[in-house]
Formats: sequence, structure tokens, C-alpha cells
Amino acid sequence: MINIKKLSFLALLSVAALVFAYVESLFPPLFASVPGIKMGLPNIAIIFTLYKIGAKEAFIVSFIRLIFASLLFGSLLSLAYSFAGALLSLSAMVLLKKLDLFSLAGISVVGGVLHNLGQIIVAICVTNVSEIAYYMIFLAVSGTISGVLIGLTSALLIKRIKLKL
Amino acid sequence: MKKNKKKLIADIILIFSVLVISALCYLLVVLNQSEGACAVVTVGNEEYGRYPLNIDKKITINVDYETRNHYNILVIENGKADITEASCPDGICEDHNPISKNGETIVCLPNKVVVKIEGDGNEVDTAA
Repeated sequence: MINIKKLSFLALLSVAALVFAYVESLFPPLFASVPGIKMGLPNIAIIFTLYKIGAKEAFIVSFIRLIFASLLFGSLLSLAYSFAGALLSLSAMVLLKKLDLFSLAGISVVGGVLHNLGQIIVAICVTNVSEIAYYMIFLAVSGTISGVLIGLTSALLIKRIKLKL
Repeated sequence: MKKNKKKLIADIILIFSVLVISALCYLLVVLNQSEGACAVVTVGNEEYGRYPLNIDKKITINVDYETRNHYNILVIENGKADITEASCPDGICEDHNPISKNGETIVCLPNKVVVKIEGDGNEVDTAA
């Protein structure tokens, strides 16, 4: 039988991730010279799902938010970028959670940096311009900073919110 | 409690190494950077044109894809290249600061337009 409660929570978390993505898209770019610097707010909902429900469900929430975010306020091309980023970042986070080596802040840092890396790799494949890799220097720093903040926020939420399935 | 401390140290090592690697890469790039001579525009995988940076010029790059006409306007002024207007939805290329250093790029992903600075600017200056 389908667990209705779990299904509802997944729907709720997907929408939460989508709203985070929308709120994030409203902010103007921080540095005009480096496209792609983002806070990674949707990652809060995804990390929450990963820790409270499971890895498979975290992938589902991540992909639902990607597809709808691209359709609503992105383009089909942005779907390809985000997809590569999200797949790489979430796979690494699931692996690191299993290894139990880092705290949530560290896991979230790896997630943030790899999300940017995935997007850069797709961008290089699309344009054939390897110089785009230059942006990765700044994206790695911004990914680290936002990764720590997102990780700490997620840890708080995971501790405070009780979820019974 | 002991495990938490171990994790905290692992976190700090991770963050520190990411930042150090980034800083080293940045230094490497900056040290190798010199003023460029011309802006090379490519659309898709084909070269669209080369424009010397010491001649002020306004270029409209026309791009055809998905049966619609798209454009990026490239302005070369004061030895710097900048995309001032574009038909792409995100406008990241318009927001980008002007470029003039060797290897610097402005990329418009939706239109697949790449503006890249090439050549040694100092040589051109003495020749001109």
C-alpha cells in the first residue's frame, strides 16, 4: 500500500524546494562577472528529505523541483545544466552521508561545490570553451560559503522538526 | 561527542582545502594574464569574426536557432569588449563586466555566443 503520509510530505517538500528556487531567482546576481553564484536555498529541502525520509526520496524531490523550476522560471537549456549539477551534488551527498565522515555543514559544502562543477562541465560541453572553467574558482568559494550556511540551517531544521511517517 | 569533534575537524580540513585550491588557481590565472589584442566571436562551433580591441566598434551578432532570430550586441570601446544588449532570456551576458584580458570570455549560453579575448595586446600597441 502507498504510504499516503509519506507521499504528502514528499509533495510538500518538493513545493518547498520549488518556492526556495523561486525566492532565490528574485535576488539580483551578486557579482555580474561571475554567473551562477547562488545561495542554494532549495538544497535545504533536499537535505531535509535525505535525512528525514531517504536517499531515493531526496532524488525524487530534487528532480521534481528541477523540472518545475525550469518550466516556470527557466528554460529547457537551464534544465540540462541544473540536472547535471543536481545529479552530481546529490549523489556525492548521499555517498558522504553513508561514509559518515563529515557533519552536515561539510556534506552541504561538497554538495554546493559539486552542483556548480556539474553545471560548468555541461557549459563547457555545450560551448566548447574551456575558459569557462575559470569561473569555477569563484564558484568553489561561493559554494563553500553558502554550503556551510545551508548545512547549518538544515541541521537546525532536522533537529527541531519532528516527522513521523 | 568525540565523534562530533572528529567531524568538525574533517569539515574544517575540507573547507580549508577547497579555499586554498581556489586561491592557488586564482593566483595562477592572474599571474599568467596579460592584456589581449582582439575579441574573437564564435557562434556554436563556428568563428563569427575577429575584432581588434584598439578600434571602437559596435557589432550586432545575429544568431539563428529554433527558427527565430536572436542577437547579441557587442560593443568595443576603450580597449574593452562588452555585450550591451541581447535577446537571450537570462541576460547573464548583458550583466557581465567588460573584458580586455587574454583568455577572458563572455558567454551567452542560450544563444551559444562566445566572446573571447586573444592575442598579445602589448605587441599590437607598439606596432600601431
